[in-house]
Amino acid sequence: MTLRQQVLVLYLSTSALDSHVVGWSRYDGTGNSQPTTGDSDEPPYPDGVAALRDGWRLIQASQLLPPQVGAEYGTSFLKHEFFFEKLA
Amino acid sequence: MRTTITSVQLARFVSHGYLRMDAVVPDEMNQEALDLLPKGLPDVPYGTPVANAYPEGSFPRRLVELPAVAGALRALVGPDPHVDHHAVHVREPHEGHAQPLHGDAIIDVRPDAFDVQLMYYPQRVSPDMGGTLVVPGSHLRRTNESDTGRYQNLRGQTRLVCPAGTVLLLHHGIWHGGRRNDSDLPRYMFKIRFNPTTPQVRLWDTADMADPAVAAELSRYFPWYEQATARLEIYNRVLLWRALTGDPSFDVEHWVTRVTNRPADRSHA
Repeated sequence: MTLRQQVLVLYLSTSALDSHVVGWSRYDGTGNSQPTTGDSDEPPYPDGVAALRDGWRLIQASQLLPPQVGAEYGTSFLKHEFFFEKLA
Repeated sequence: MRTTITSVQLARFVSHGYLRMDAVVPDEMNQEALDLLPKGLPDVPYGTPVANAYPEGSFPRRLVELPAVAGALRALVGPDPHVDHHAVHVREPHEGHAQPLHGDAIIDVRPDAFDVQLMYYPQRVSPDMGGTLVVPGSHLRRTNESDTGRYQNLRGQTRLVCPAGTVLLLHHGIWHGGRRNDSDLPRYMFKIRFNPTTPQVRLWDTADMADPAVAAELSRYFPWYEQATARLEIYNRVLLWRALTGDPSFDVEHWVTRVTNRPADRSHA
C-alpha cells in the first residue's frame, strides 16, 4: 500500500510550539478530503503540542529572523509557522 | 452629501479595515441588480469621475447615491472620488474551490491615503453560498496579492452571511477571498474600487473625536494576531489615525511616543 502525506500547517501566537493557534491550513494527499480557504472557524488543535500528541510529526518550523533595519514596525506574513505531517 | 459617519465609526474602519452596512439597498433595487448583474456591466476607463462613469439614473449611480452609501463614501474617500474599476463577481454553485486569501491589485503601502472597495450583495447570502471571507485587521499587513494564499483559516475571520442589499466598504489592503459555494444558487457581488481625489483628512463628522471609544477601537486586538505583532498593528493604526486627523500627538498607550522620543542634545558646559 502506498503511503500518502497529509500536511497540517499551524500558525502560533509566539515562536513557542506550545503557544496557541492563530491560524491553520490542511492539505490531504490521500484525496479523502478537500480542505480550502475559509472552511472552518475553529482550529483543529488549541496549540502546537496538542498536534504532536495526536500523532502529527513536526517537519519544519519558521526561523527567528531579526527585522530588517528600517522596517522594524512593519507587519507582513505570520511569523510563527509550523509544518506537520502524517502518513496515511 | 453630508456624512453621518462618526469618529468612533471611522476608528472602527481603521482597526477592522472595513465598514459593514446590512440591508441598506432597497428590495426593488436588489431585484433589479439580480437581473442586471448576470449580464455584466460595461467597463469604465480607469480613474473616471463617478458622474462620468455612471450616468444619472443608471443602477451604479443610484447605488452610490443611496444616503447610507454616499455618506460613508464621503467620510472615507471624500466628495469626488474616481472609479478605479468595477467588476461583477460570481461564485458558481458547487464549483468546488475557493479563491486564495488575497489583497486586491498589488502591494500598496501608502501611509496617508487609501482606496476603498465597495462590495454589494444583492441577494441574501446563507452560510453555504460562499460569502466573502474577510480577515478583520489585516489591511495594514505588507503583503502582495495572493502571496497569503497558504493561509486557509485565521481565528476571528468573518465568513460573510448577510441579508439582501448589504454593502461592505473595505480598505484596499484587506485580506479576503470568495469562498467555495456549496449551494445550488450562483452568488453575486458587485464591486467598485474608488480612488480619493482629495486628502483624506477629517472627512467625517468629527464632533465625537474625544470620545474614549475612539481609542478603544484603535486598541482592538484580533484573535489571529500573534502576541508581539499585535502591538505593531496598533502602532501602525496610530500612524494612520494621525494622518487622517492631522493630529501628530495622538497615541494609544504611548506606543508611538515612546519609541520616537529623541531628546534634543543640550550642552551643560
